[in-house]
Amino acid sequence: MFSLNDLLVILPELYLTAAACLVLLFDVFLDDEHRDATHWVAIVVMLVAIFLVIRGQPPETVTAFGGMFVRDHMAEILKVTVLIATILMFVMARPWLKDRKLFIGEFYSLSIFSVLGVMFLVSAGSLVTVYLGLELFSLPAFALVALNRESKLSSEAAIKFFVLGALASGLLLFGMSLIYGATGTLDLHAIFAAIGTTQHLHLLQFGLVFLVVGIGFEFGAVPFHMWLPDVYEGAPTPIAMYISAVPKLAAIGLAYRLLETGLGPLAGDWRMMLAIMAALSLVVGNVVAIAQTNFKRMLAYSTISHMGFVFLALSNPTPEGYASALFYAVCFALMETVAFGVILALSRKGFDCDMIDDLKGLNQRSPWMAGMMAIAMFSLAGIPPLWGFAAKVLVLKAAIDGGMLWLAIVAIICAIIGLFYYLRVVKVMYFDAPAEDVELSPKPDIALRWLLSINALGLIAMIGFSGVFFTWCQHAFGV
Amino acid sequence: MSIPLSWFIVFATVLFCISIAGIFVNRKNVIVLLMCIELMLLAVNTNFVAFSRYLGNPGGQVFVFFIMTVAAAESAIGLAIVVLMFRNRRTINVGEIDTLRY
Repeated sequence: MFSLNDLLVILPELYLTAAACLVLLFDVFLDDEHRDATHWVAIVVMLVAIFLVIRGQPPETVTAFGGMFVRDHMAEILKVTVLIATILMFVMARPWLKDRKLFIGEFYSLSIFSVLGVMFLVSAGSLVTVYLGLELFSLPAFALVALNRESKLSSEAAIKFFVLGALASGLLLFGMSLIYGATGTLDLHAIFAAIGTTQHLHLLQFGLVFLVVGIGFEFGAVPFHMWLPDVYEGAPTPIAMYISAVPKLAAIGLAYRLLETGLGPLAGDWRMMLAIMAALSLVVGNVVAIAQTNFKRMLAYSTISHMGFVFLALSNPTPEGYASALFYAVCFALMETVAFGVILALSRKGFDCDMIDDLKGLNQRSPWMAGMMAIAMFSLAGIPPLWGFAAKVLVLKAAIDGGMLWLAIVAIICAIIGLFYYLRVVKVMYFDAPAEDVELSPKPDIALRWLLSINALGLIAMIGFSGVFFTWCQHAFGV
Repeated sequence: MSIPLSWFIVFATVLFCISIAGIFVNRKNVIVLLMCIELMLLAVNTNFVAFSRYLGNPGGQVFVFFIMTVAAAESAIGLAIVVLMFRNRRTINVGEIDTLRY
């Protein structure tokens, strides 16, 4: 049974569920000339959701529905970031979608449903909520990847994403069933408590391996990264932007809830698995990215290497480690939106601007856009004084504090290798002559230009607020 | 005389392995992949139901209802994507889905 109080705790989610249905319904009554209304309504819906998440945040952790739903500060930070990233996607996607006749209402309602799934996932207090949140996030995401129905690449990316996503959730579920068998409960806190007394430690460890594999799939960590480059390349660019930012934040929530809240006593077992995945992701991501000519594919391998950094932080199972992983994921999401945003701004009808060579001589054609892209690249590479640098420092510190010095050294070497392909993009933009026939001018969409600029300049400004933000992150994990 | 729990777990694990092998070995038809995914979820369901009965805890059986519901939605989306792919490429052969690669 539940009380009215429980409904208040999940108010942002309830609101977003209703709003997603209403956006879908509202869109049906509009004709194509008035489709912009859906766009603005969707943005207002997301802004109100941010307001509800922040406004209703209780000072202490609150649970609802018998512990199935947890509302704490970690969930709050993740939810707000996911909502902001989605608003950025909505604004930056509009001109791109219009050029390709993909400006349809389903895009908005599917995205909102997917965000709703992330919000449930990061607030999960039981294995059931984890699974339902994960599926509610990924099912609309599969459909979004296939949004461009005429594109062969999109449908191929969608089928790959679908099969590997379903495989990942199947592995995760199998792990959950074994853990349920070993502990006799689905509640994460009860699992934590039951681990001390269980007689089936082997069953539990077996289940843990499946969970870690499932989490690896969600993050896109090596060796479970195969879907990521294909989805980035094949998906419509705004969706690639969504897939690059939002699932990583969701995966932080997933990893924390399952591994720490649920299986915290087994940290000695899983931290080594994460450390190995971190090392592999760092090496494979950075080395393979060098060979890419497609910009989106390069960003995919760069994402894989960044997930290595997140795992680096998670392999130190202390509040400091989680806080720096959270910091890194938030920072990473907001860097990706800039990189993809510039691509979206430069794309035109019939020209996707998704090869690295397409950016040739961007500085001569559009210095401002080149500047934005350079900020994103430098920040992703982790060069001071940009936000990505602060994130990298915190993660490396967490790894060294956790006794993973070798991993930190691997990470630094890989980051230096990674510098090469980020700087190559900068070199192409500033020192190569532009191709004669290509017109590289940004979209005259004011909202896109402003938000992109704010987002990019934010990456510089945020370095000043790193301390404050990191304190929030630490606070989220009870320091 | 009741069937011991270990039989169920072995059965579920064998089903699970068959489905995983099916996903990786299959080079022919995408529909077979969807079938393997369903099989995988069924293996998980068997596990949950067996544990639930053995532990006397109804939670696992409730979870199974959720898994079955989600599996239905999942295969609906999967089939929709397969239809889309067939329209675009006139084939649903797994071996021919190779445009995206490095």
